[in-house]
Amino acid sequence: MASLYERLGGEAAVNAAVDIFYRKVLSDDRVNSFFSDVDMEAQAAKQKGFLTMVFGGPNNYTGKDMRDGHKHLVERGLNDSHVDAIIELLGGTLQELGVADADIQEVADIANSVRDDVLNR
Amino acid sequence: MTQIKFKDEIFTVSAGSSVLDTLLEHGHEIPNNCRAGACQSCIMQLTKGSVPERAQKGLKDSHKAKGFFLACSCQPEEDIEIRLPDENQLRTPARVSQINELSADVIELKLKTTEPYEYHAGQYVTLWRDEGLGRSYSLASLPQNKQETLNFHIKLIPDGKFSGWVHTDLQPGDTLLVQGPAGDCFYTPGNPQQNLLLVGTGTGLAPLYGIIQDALQHEHQGEIHLFHGGFNINGLYLTDELTQLEKDHENFHYHPCVFKAESTLPESITQGDITKIVLQSVPQPAGWKTFLCGNEELVNNLRKQIFLAGCSMNDIYSDPFIYA
Repeated sequence: MASLYERLGGEAAVNAAVDIFYRKVLSDDRVNSFFSDVDMEAQAAKQKGFLTMVFGGPNNYTGKDMRDGHKHLVERGLNDSHVDAIIELLGGTLQELGVADADIQEVADIANSVRDDVLNR
Repeated sequence: MTQIKFKDEIFTVSAGSSVLDTLLEHGHEIPNNCRAGACQSCIMQLTKGSVPERAQKGLKDSHKAKGFFLACSCQPEEDIEIRLPDENQLRTPARVSQINELSADVIELKLKTTEPYEYHAGQYVTLWRDEGLGRSYSLASLPQNKQETLNFHIKLIPDGKFSGWVHTDLQPGDTLLVQGPAGDCFYTPGNPQQNLLLVGTGTGLAPLYGIIQDALQHEHQGEIHLFHGGFNINGLYLTDELTQLEKDHENFHYHPCVFKAESTLPESITQGDITKIVLQSVPQPAGWKTFLCGNEELVNNLRKQIFLAGCSMNDIYSDPFIYA
């Protein structure tokens, strides 16, 4: 059976998703304050990395990377409600791209698996 | 087995290894993160040879054209020479050939280099008066016309050291130094049907003027919309040239805009916030290519708004001007 990453369409799917996802994030008042950095290209690159990971694609992110990368945001108040919102926006992005519900759940599970590291718990 | 040359050292890339792996193994510090070709942290630049297509996947066309590639995704098939992408090119002397007044506080500076100067219309260079004083300016000229001629639009900044020197002291025949070019705000052929949106404030017009001429010379077929904003009518310049260009090319549209109007404006000029004017005129920029140049705050905000309105991130090129 094809892997999740293959079923979703691999790198092409990540490229298709990144604009839609980033647009949702920037438009959502629950989370957009964490994405106010003006360097949009660097932000988009980070989101590509994130999407590749939650799509089950090749990555070398470690728990330490996740902790270090989000520490300053946790200090600014990043909590479970924001992670929930991101997972919701991720689901909405995949729905727009016509991804099956079971696969969306699998992506959400991967995102949830790094929740504690992201929140530095 | 292929070899890579980096900082005057030669390394052999073993089978299955990437350029990034190889350099890290030998103790070089190369920025990296995902190592999957996604985050682009490990971007490097070729100085000799070529890399497989995969190593440039996801990069902007303008980056590809300049030989940028991702070290983590690069298993070279030939010997290459590479460097980290900090611009460290030599300065070239150039002679002032003409100084023309474009508006009350903008002059056109024309330089001639002794040898053809390679650049893309829309890129910028740093002009140096001497060791101690240099400023970056966008090129307003087209390299295809006369390779040794470089044009700039220099705005007089109150108390500005460099612009003050250019406006008052610099004379035809004088020499200064040119360093660069840099920047990825330029036209890339290959998609002649794509609509182009260009927005500039003040001397942000300079790179856009070059890009438009470049696109038209490449017989670009899609619609080309230029919005040029000035604080008031005195901030608009090259209006005759742009109006003429609009007459000559059916697909080119010139939209001069001013923030403030002291008196009744000609019908062709729109008054208001240029961001709003652009978003109202081009409400759905999905599929368009966008170039933004000028005031830093305005460019950064417009970039976000244009993206939210549907323009793809990879299709937005911006050059926020920072005044020293």
